[in-house]
Amino acid sequence: MPSALPLGLPAPDDGLLPPDAADGADGRDFCLYVHIPFCAVRCGYCDFNTYTATELGGGASQDAYAGSVLAEIGLGARVLESSGLPARPLSTVFFGGGTPTLLPAEDLASILRAARSTWGFAPDAEVTTEANPDSVTPESLRILRDAGFTRVSFGMQSAVPHVLAVLDRTHAPERVPQAVQWARDAGLNVSLDLIYGTPGESLEDWRTTLATALSYGPDHISAYALIIEDGTRLASRIRRGQVPPIDDDDHADKYALAEEMLTADGLHWYEVSNWARTPADACRHNLAYWRGSDWWGAGPGAHSHVGGTRWWNVKHPRPYADALGAGRSPAAGREILSAGDRYVEDVMLRVRLREGLPTQSLTSTGRRAVAGLIADGLVDPAAAFAGRVVLTLHGRLLADAVVRRLLPD
Amino acid sequence: MSPMARTAPVPAATDPAIIRNFCIIAHIDHGKSTLADRMLQLTGAVEQRDMKAQYLDRMDIERERGITIKSQAVRLPWEVDGTAYALNMIDTPGHVDFTYEVSRSLAACEGAILLVDAAQGIEAQTLANLYLAMENNLTIIPVLNKIDLPAAQPEKYAAELASLIGGEPEDVLKVSGKTGMGVEALMDKIVRDLPAPTGNPDAPARAMIFDSVYDTYRGVVTYVRVVDGKLSPRERIQMMSTRASHELLEIGVSSPEPKPSKGLGVGEVGYLITGVKDVRQSKVGDTVTNLAKPAAESLGGYQDPKPMVFSGLYPLDGTDYPVLRDALAKFTLNDAALVYEPETSAALGFGFRVGFLGLLHLEITRERLEREYNLDLISTAPNVEYEVTLEDRRTLKVTNPSEYPVGKIAEVREPMVSATILAPSEFVGAIMELCQQRRGVLGGMDYLSEDRVEIRYRLPLAEIVFDFFDLLKSKTRGYGSLDWKADGDQVSDLVKVDILLQGEQVDAFSAITHREKAYAYGVMMTGKLRELIPRQQFEVPIQAAIGARIIARESIRAIRKDVLAKCYGGDITRKRKLLEKQKEGKKRMKMVGRVEVPQEAFIAALSSDESKDKAKK
Ligand SMILES: Nc1nc2c(ncn2[C@@H]2O[C@H](COP(=O)(O)OP(=O)(O)OP(=O)(O)O)[C@@H](O)[C@H]2O)c(=O)[nH]1
Ligand SMILES: C[S@@+](CC[C@H](N)C(=O)[O-])C[C@H]1O[C@@H](n2cnc3c(N)ncnc32)[C@H](O)[C@@H]1O
Ligand code: SF4
Ligand SMILES: [Mg+2]
Repeated sequence: MPSALPLGLPAPDDGLLPPDAADGADGRDFCLYVHIPFCAVRCGYCDFNTYTATELGGGASQDAYAGSVLAEIGLGARVLESSGLPARPLSTVFFGGGTPTLLPAEDLASILRAARSTWGFAPDAEVTTEANPDSVTPESLRILRDAGFTRVSFGMQSAVPHVLAVLDRTHAPERVPQAVQWARDAGLNVSLDLIYGTPGESLEDWRTTLATALSYGPDHISAYALIIEDGTRLASRIRRGQVPPIDDDDHADKYALAEEMLTADGLHWYEVSNWARTPADACRHNLAYWRGSDWWGAGPGAHSHVGGTRWWNVKHPRPYADALGAGRSPAAGREILSAGDRYVEDVMLRVRLREGLPTQSLTSTGRRAVAGLIADGLVDPAAAFAGRVVLTLHGRLLADAVVRRLLPD
Repeated sequence: MSPMARTAPVPAATDPAIIRNFCIIAHIDHGKSTLADRMLQLTGAVEQRDMKAQYLDRMDIERERGITIKSQAVRLPWEVDGTAYALNMIDTPGHVDFTYEVSRSLAACEGAILLVDAAQGIEAQTLANLYLAMENNLTIIPVLNKIDLPAAQPEKYAAELASLIGGEPEDVLKVSGKTGMGVEALMDKIVRDLPAPTGNPDAPARAMIFDSVYDTYRGVVTYVRVVDGKLSPRERIQMMSTRASHELLEIGVSSPEPKPSKGLGVGEVGYLITGVKDVRQSKVGDTVTNLAKPAAESLGGYQDPKPMVFSGLYPLDGTDYPVLRDALAKFTLNDAALVYEPETSAALGFGFRVGFLGLLHLEITRERLEREYNLDLISTAPNVEYEVTLEDRRTLKVTNPSEYPVGKIAEVREPMVSATILAPSEFVGAIMELCQQRRGVLGGMDYLSEDRVEIRYRLPLAEIVFDFFDLLKSKTRGYGSLDWKADGDQVSDLVKVDILLQGEQVDAFSAITHREKAYAYGVMMTGKLRELIPRQQFEVPIQAAIGARIIARESIRAIRKDVLAKCYGGDITRKRKLLEKQKEGKKRMKMVGRVEVPQEAFIAALSSDESKDKAKK
């Protein structure tokens, strides 16, 4: 079951943004996110806005989907222009899901071509797609590379069969190195997504997963702690006692192990859940979220942010297609951030980054909290001395608590 | 068959010879209010269409819980052999916490119906209330109720009752408050057997206040029984204890709705309204006389109810303190048994120390405060009142463990009760074991019948007031019943156990216990807090201590992960909302030093349900 959308203000049919959204836009990166809401099967732990063929029933078909996204890209260009935003080339594009590679590679390529002809690409533009290991072939990867993709992020999750089974992952573990190799052959940068703390996963299992992932030589790894989302099949299996619950201490041990093994292999953290081989391998699209850049999110349930206005599209592919078909914005709601909201978000997001948060951007309450955070071993003293709040390993594990302490009550 | 009275005697002009004043007394749930219903119906006092079960239980809380808390007096007409009589019936509560309500009602009557559930037999409050009635020289009419029940054993219990009161089993009336069977005969018997009130109609007026109720619309409504003389509307009356005088704005009888009259004469029961706003200005037990022609002597005292159990009441939200203060002030207008004074707790902020008659009184008061004033309250663990004598011979009363003096204590006295337990004889062993554990001293034991015993113990109040009754019920498969009354005090080996979080004492969790039970309390409370307090960013030791000596310890391990490490894509709004929610949650935390303790932890740690659980383990 996909998670719920936030409650916000109604979004206008024409999608127009408030006047101050354009302020300072020249100094901000502009990115594009394309959501592909389809999966072959739904994994038991997943609450992303994605649909299997049976869940979709009739109506919105995968075949016509690319057409709707093209329509939204057209709408996006008009909205930004009429709202007074300057024309900016895309610095990153990210296809996420769902499983983007469930669509024919040609569809993804045509969406990317449309984005490029609409906004243009910055010289070093980063273009990523998420992929399931069993939804790619050497040919499909080559088509993507030729269309301009630069990166692929595979949902590997685990190398251990019994862990994959609890996660309902259907791919054969041997498929991952193969897919990685094909991507490399096609000239794509490779990232692997891992999940730790699955019920039944031992510390040794996780060590195996990390070692296996590293043996494929990825440029980037995202390691996420399994979250039991309300309404998922896994949540109800845990509630019924069919699967043991997850444990925060176990997560902490596994995070520490990930940090240790990834660092030893030459990957370095740049965000709480992300490690890159070189600074250039960091996912810049991901960074754009944490740094508060502008992006347009296309597709059902996609979220956008431009100059302090956030909005989100209707979740279901069918009303999404209908709105665009009728020339209306598919946005379901939006919020215009107050100065206070922006400050909260800024602290909340940037503190998760290795580059940290400039101390002078904090209010006096925030600055006063720093000494205590250093004393508790949560914030790095040397960095703080140099004017940035940077989390220690201990602090990364307690990042949400750090944020609460930095913000006023 | 006696017909409904065709012409009811008129108040103020009723010959005492045709008045009968009685109350219905019984163990809890033996059917007093249901019998009263039948009387209301039979006499036509309440119309058929207005009738509802336990008509006189008017408070919401009485109706929800199905128990009587306040006595209610009603004037009923009844005709026997062509003479119309005026009957004043008082329905009383059965629960031991409200025994004082019963005793004030008795003072207004010449007779009492002692009602016994024919499926249960005599229980502890049957005895307690019977003895109270006998002390007041009332004529007792023994009655078995619920004879419609298949499980009823009227013969057996009639014999029990007869031997208790002295009389023949055949003289015990058998009724059903449910079906109405036997109720007319009972009414006739009341008229025939109970003495009429006597008094001097020409003497200066003397009326005994037996209840005083605050009503938002009418102010204080005072219920009186006239002994001598007459009270009339518009005249000035005087309260004999305080000499305060008031104008009688209204005088009348309850039938059962208030009905103004031309006055009240000798032997009559009714109400008066003077416009005062506080029940303490119209004190139960006081004598009302006529200002112009005052009586020389009052009718003699009635003792104020004495609070037995004390608990701190604190608003969850500190800004509600003024609301709680006003609410308590209003409640005491109507509840002379409630006493309170402000107190502060380091952990809970501003609140009140409130004295109650017992745990049911506490529970009901708290529930009504929460409901009627929309408050969320924390009530601290209930305490009895200790008398501490210091080495310099100064003495102090302690109702709050955090006020227990440190050091130089010469002796501590704790309140005692004499308890009466009635149960089938097979449970004697289990009951004695329980009382022994509770530091009881056996006072005596009697067989009330072949298989029913009465066991008397002297026990510390602190040992019986909280969970004792539940334990007694479970050890006697529900057949045991308990009554108790205050019985002086005694010197005991008591200590204060403190609870420390990270070395910091939390006053709300301190307790005064017998030395031998201190360890058990320490282990229980530290264990409970370990479960209830969420993990913090640092390890939190929890200790129980007597003075500087640690008697139990636990620790809450530091939290190691508090971060959402998942790919949220662009849904930053969701992340921020989550953070805002966490921050809201933090506001509901009380800080104890650096430790964040959720309100829920206080409530759960202090709640009496939990202490019941503990006792059952
Ligand atoms: N079968 C049967 N049930 C009865 C009879 N009289 C009362 N009850 C039931 O016994 C329960 C208690 O009745 P109440 O009239 O509230 O008892 P009470 O003595 O006033 O109780 P307190 O005021 O709380 O002491 C209720 O469920 C009644 O319906 C009776 O004659 N027969
Ligand atoms: C948008 S998902 C989709 C990628 C692709 N569909 C897949 O599953 O491989 C991106 C990543 O989020 C992570 N993820 C999904 N659900 C999660 C959950 N409940 N807890 C933690 N991580 C989760 C997985 O590692 C997943 O690869
Ligand atoms: S494949 Fe990915 S997006 Fe699809 S259901 Fe599984 S985790 Fe969710
Ligand atoms: Mg009753």
